[in-house]
Amino acid sequence: MLKIKNLHASVEDKSILKGINLEIKPGEVHAIMGPNGSGKSTLASVIAGKEDYEVTDGEIFFEGKDINELAAEERAHKGIFLSFQYPVEIPGVSVTNFMKTAINETRKAKGLEDMPAKDMLKLIREKAELLEIDRKFLSRSLNEGFSGGEKKRNEIFQMAMLEPKLAILDETDSGLDIDALRIVANGVNKLKSKDNAVLVITHYQRLLDYIVPDFVHVLYKGRIVKSGTKELAHELEEKGYDWIKEEVNA
Amino acid sequence: MNKYTEDDLREELKTKEYEYGFYTDIKSDTFPIGLNEDIVKAISLKKEEPQWMTDWRLEAFKAWKEMEEPDWANVNYVKPDFQAISYYSAPNSKPKYNSLDEVDPELLATFEKLGISIDEQKKLSNVAMDVVVDSVSVATTFKKTLGEKGIIFMSISEAIKEHPELVKKYIGTVVPQKDNFYAALNSAVFSDGSFCYIPKGVHCPMELSTYFRINQAGTGQFERTLVIADEGSYVSYLEGCTAPSRDENQLHAAVVELIALDNAEIKYSTVQNWYPGNAEGKGGVYNFVTKRGLCETNAKISWTQVETGSAVTWKYPSCVLKGDNSVGEFYSIAVTNNYQQADTGTKMIHLGKNTKSTIISKGISAGKSQNSYRGLVKISPNADNARNFSQCDSLLMGNECGAHTFPYIEAKNKSARIEHEATTSKIGEDQIFYCNQRGISTEKAIALIVNGFSKDVLNKLPMEFAVEAQKLLEISLEGSVG
Ligand SMILES: Nc1ncnc2c1ncn2[C@@H]1O[C@H](COP(=O)(O)OP(=O)(O)OP(=O)(O)O)[C@@H](O)[C@H]1O
Ligand SMILES: [Mg+2]
Repeated sequence: MLKIKNLHASVEDKSILKGINLEIKPGEVHAIMGPNGSGKSTLASVIAGKEDYEVTDGEIFFEGKDINELAAEERAHKGIFLSFQYPVEIPGVSVTNFMKTAINETRKAKGLEDMPAKDMLKLIREKAELLEIDRKFLSRSLNEGFSGGEKKRNEIFQMAMLEPKLAILDETDSGLDIDALRIVANGVNKLKSKDNAVLVITHYQRLLDYIVPDFVHVLYKGRIVKSGTKELAHELEEKGYDWIKEEVNA
Repeated sequence: MNKYTEDDLREELKTKEYEYGFYTDIKSDTFPIGLNEDIVKAISLKKEEPQWMTDWRLEAFKAWKEMEEPDWANVNYVKPDFQAISYYSAPNSKPKYNSLDEVDPELLATFEKLGISIDEQKKLSNVAMDVVVDSVSVATTFKKTLGEKGIIFMSISEAIKEHPELVKKYIGTVVPQKDNFYAALNSAVFSDGSFCYIPKGVHCPMELSTYFRINQAGTGQFERTLVIADEGSYVSYLEGCTAPSRDENQLHAAVVELIALDNAEIKYSTVQNWYPGNAEGKGGVYNFVTKRGLCETNAKISWTQVETGSAVTWKYPSCVLKGDNSVGEFYSIAVTNNYQQADTGTKMIHLGKNTKSTIISKGISAGKSQNSYRGLVKISPNADNARNFSQCDSLLMGNECGAHTFPYIEAKNKSARIEHEATTSKIGEDQIFYCNQRGISTEKAIALIVNGFSKDVLNKLPMEFAVEAQKLLEISLEGSVG
């Protein structure tokens, strides 16, 4: 589904990603962990197609096609979704209006008609229920005045609405209370199928108890320096990153 | 990676032509250029006006000759040569139509091009329209329905003939001939416009609407609108306009007077989309408008405007809150792009006791444009317990445009309560990327963000007008981002 080869990327001439190799197959869950500033969010943004980040070397294939030349919205249309570490506010635009626009723009790109209002309402109701979101919440301005946890839950609500093929969850767990974490993780699991994939970026093993990864990777200084199974996450939780840093620097 | 820089956007913006730029060739009968007493008399004669009207115009002309064009506004432009303008132009096919079938097909095609054909409007929105092409009304509809309620809705030229007592009683009472340079000019040479009278206690059953067009090369447009809501009545009035693209500047100096008698309410909504000039700032309409309303006891006037057009805009819809407990409202969205300049705002003059005013102004600037809000809240010594709330928000796109706020407050009564809030924000790249990531293109993202920013004002517009206004916002900002 996603294949990244020797990816180098920089922002404002500062090199951040220095040779990433990663392959994610349909049905898989991958987790990326790593110290602050190691480049996790950068990798997510580069996959999603953020313009400020310049790919200086390497390739990203999505479903067999090089997506380097595609604009962010085109990647979204293909089914790449990013749950943001820091979701932005859009004053005056309700969650519902935003989702309606997103869904219809995606449909338009596929040559489909707008989704009938009736179906849209049904979808919203269904997904709001899945994530235990009060529908009153959906008429508020997008992310404006949302608590940290509300923002994250809203990100996953959007994911549920858009049903992407590849979902990248950038620290979706941070800011969620224990109950919310379970609700959100359950939501993600319910949406999981053999045809889609999830890339989870997290600092905490706790989330991985719910969303169980097939592979865990450690990103450090712009490279994946270690990969393993979910046991690796336990090890990191216990020992921290020093031993990995030592391995790398040795 | 697909790098889409601001420069690309700017390039795209430059190549973007004025969406509704076209010119309709309707045979017209046009006066020679220049302005003097004889021209003023000739206009009056041409319109078969009574002597008192001619005298009123001449008085205004005399005053205008002594006045100077104001230059305190935050705009820069080459001052029009008032002797190089033709002051009268009328379509010279049939002067009046009973049905649309009689209307010049080319005119109808024009409306179609705008996507607002009269037919459609009539069917969809139950709107009676007094269409002004150039200066003379060519079609009036729904007159009969209105007539049954005693509502008068006609061109002001007709009103001068058919209801002289009403016109004579009210014209110039809110905006006197000598009020300002442009108002004086308008008073002397106004060619046409609309007149509306709602009798006592009548709730006007439909939105009254006028589409203004400027259509004849080199002719200024001087509209005069007079709306009178008698005691306890209600009316919602819509004004909208577009103009063909043109290489020379076109002057527009309209005057709108609203009179809301005791317990009456007038809602006046404008969507303005005149040609703003090309990407280099050449051409475009100069829009110098005087709009003012007078509120008697318990009366209410709301001005709602969406301004996207014109090269230079100078416009301050105002309310004189004369009667006790009267209410004035001003809701405005002003968009400027490329080299457009807008200096707009409102004046709320509190004279009566317990008077209340609300001002919500949303300025959106893109390109190299300058967008100024200028507001005056004046509380006179007798206006006990007057209240005002003002909110002025600016949204910037790019680094080359400007937003300015000039709030003036004159409070001469200690019991006044005045609140003012102002914010300035920029459309962030993070906001755009967030939208992009959800499958929304940059163009659409800007429209979404701008609509969100403008929501408080868009909500004040009548439904069908709000949809049109949203479309206009989108068109005028296509391709601009910071
Ligand atoms: N736009 C930018 N301009 C300059 N530096 C940037 C920019 N974006 C990211 N960086 C830098 O790139 C490095 C990697 O940042 P990134 O956000 O990818 O880290 P992260 O692994 O997600 O960290 P965290 O765990 O704290 O979220 C950091 O040193 C950061 O300061
Ligand atoms: Mg991060």
